Amino acid sequence: MKTLTGAQIIMAVLKEEGVETIFGYPGGVVIDIFDELGKTDIKHILVRHEQGAAHAADGYARAKGTVGVCLVTSGPGATNTVSGIASAYMDSIPVVVLTGQVPTRLIGNDAFQEVDIVGITRPCTKHNYLVKRTDELARVLKKAFHIARSGRPGPVLVDLPKDVTQGKARYEPLPEPTMPSYNPTYKPNIKQLRRAVGLIKGAKRPVIFSGGGVILSGASKELTEFAKKLDAPVTASLMGLGSFPGTSPLWLGMLGMHGTYRANMAIGACDLLIGIGVRFDDRVTGKVETFAPNANIIHIDIDPTSIGKNIPVTVPIVGDCKIVLQGLNRFLREEKVKIDKKSRKSWLDQIEKWKSTQPLRYEQTDVIKPQYVIEKLYELTKGQAIITTEVGQNQMWAAQYYHFDRPNCFITSGGLGCMGFGLPAAIGAQVACPDKLVVDVAGDGSIQMNIQELATAVQYNLPVKVVILNNRYLGMVRQWQQLFYEKRYAATDIEQAPDFAKLAESYGALGLKATKPGEVEATLKQGLDSPGPAFMDFWIAREECVYPMVPAGASITEMLLA
Amino acid sequence: MQKHIISLLVDNEPGVLARVAGLFSGRGFNIESLCVAETLDPCVSRITLVTHGDDPIADQIKKQLNKLINVIKVYDLTETEHVEREMALIKVNARADHRAEILRIVDIFRCNVVDVSPAHYTIEVTGTSDKLSAILGLLKPMGIREIARTGAIALGREKKSAVGR
Repeated sequence: MKTLTGAQIIMAVLKEEGVETIFGYPGGVVIDIFDELGKTDIKHILVRHEQGAAHAADGYARAKGTVGVCLVTSGPGATNTVSGIASAYMDSIPVVVLTGQVPTRLIGNDAFQEVDIVGITRPCTKHNYLVKRTDELARVLKKAFHIARSGRPGPVLVDLPKDVTQGKARYEPLPEPTMPSYNPTYKPNIKQLRRAVGLIKGAKRPVIFSGGGVILSGASKELTEFAKKLDAPVTASLMGLGSFPGTSPLWLGMLGMHGTYRANMAIGACDLLIGIGVRFDDRVTGKVETFAPNANIIHIDIDPTSIGKNIPVTVPIVGDCKIVLQGLNRFLREEKVKIDKKSRKSWLDQIEKWKSTQPLRYEQTDVIKPQYVIEKLYELTKGQAIITTEVGQNQMWAAQYYHFDRPNCFITSGGLGCMGFGLPAAIGAQVACPDKLVVDVAGDGSIQMNIQELATAVQYNLPVKVVILNNRYLGMVRQWQQLFYEKRYAATDIEQAPDFAKLAESYGALGLKATKPGEVEATLKQGLDSPGPAFMDFWIAREECVYPMVPAGASITEMLLA
Repeated sequence: MQKHIISLLVDNEPGVLARVAGLFSGRGFNIESLCVAETLDPCVSRITLVTHGDDPIADQIKKQLNKLINVIKVYDLTETEHVEREMALIKVNARADHRAEILRIVDIFRCNVVDVSPAHYTIEVTGTSDKLSAILGLLKPMGIREIARTGAIALGREKKSAVGR
């Protein structure tokens, strides 16, 4: 058994956990940790703001399907990560956040750069720890990784006082921790599976609703098999995009507030709704009382608190999406469940009718339409890019007009809706997948929330591409004002803005600008083909809205279509 | 809105109570009373809390509590046979013409006078919340100066043996 410093123990555990990259920003109390980090082969990406570190770790985790790690200093360093932690928490992304803390003897003394980050992040982490002794360090870090990645994943914060990282303790590698009070349920209850199969057999108009849980559990293959067996149409939440092929004939598009007409109408008319790895949040359900009013609901999720929280459920199934779907597929196979082809055909015909009468659409004019930019982006990247987004209209247009065939390719702040997410998340995704094309679809408002991370991209030669849909408005709020506040655009006009192309150049990146529809394709090509990071600034129709839209408080079948 | 007495076994660590209390405030559940103390195992504490809610809310409360990493076990004692007790210290004005009446009430409720001065009695009373409310109602006309209540604690009843029946 060796005796190591706390900082050395941290590195030893990170290596054991297979950590290859850390996103971080140094400060007084973490100098020892950075000093040791520099002696290892773990790659460190120096961000320009700690929020960027948290989002980058999140983007990395999603693109790679592993735990993302960030390391920041105490006080403001720690508080700056809070939005990033809350975003990862809402979207169930495994991230370990290491924060420095003042020495234990100063804790509670209002010391310089002291903040009770464990107290602050208690409600937005899956769990958090303050390590008080060096000899606890290894055990706590192992638990942090274990908790972050298991069950319903989420962020775990470990607060590291300076004396704990400087102190010494004996160290040997520890086995995977077991915790009596923490045992996620992976395997479903067989009785509930049988009940679900019973409902599936009797269903004439089934809809499958897939969410981020399917992606997190790696269950896309099983989902596709399940949908094909049932010959049932599939919709997804924002977080579920990519869990089922967006080019499949069974694909309905996203549902909810900006869902497709056919997806929302199908929810209104279905007699069986199978929710998998979803939590039926308010952006999906609209008015709860009229959500899927004719349907039995089967709800599959690893988190028991998600089930029955917002929507009453006919058959609850607690378990890992992949294991549950494997079980359902096996039952369907063994019991040779036959689908009534006639009733299924009339259901799919009905959906096709909805699709053909009310497709996603927009009007081409002599001004650039954001939807057109995304369509062109899809075409030019052949649907193969990893897309991150900021939050608002840009996010919804990306979700509607880019078709995701594979999981882990659409990276967005779904639950928290955190502006400033896209660029640092793209950086994280690019580090995770150096050979992939990574594109951040941004608005002119949200890109300015973490624009400083362009320096990070340039420093590490990470060729992330940023497509700015620039309407010189905080577009989504303006859309609400346009539709529901008689066009009183209070505090949403941001015409005062930098020239993004020139700004990009001053950072050492490529900066491009397009103001006419005819320039869109060439600008995209030039930006996407360039070897380094690039900003592409598209001046779009200022008052373009995202449709369909379900007004707040309405049923999801009551959509504004244009 | 049904009353639920929820008994939790939790890790006896700093911050655990904050996690439980924070869960209630953050999610808009109410806590009527809350009691914490170590169990026989010094690593484990028992939290007994009383809350109100209809079935879906109570269900959600229990699931959310279970989800906390430091919560080892959640019991909803309201669902089963249980014994429930609460203690209160009541400091009541004791004018000469009220003293006999107060002592009669103390006798009836089988509680104790634990502190006396020329102008007051402090009464220790143990029982269900209903019993405490009843005695408080009777003492109120004399003038209650101060009161400290513990909040309910409770344990599930053991199964009676078949032979005993």
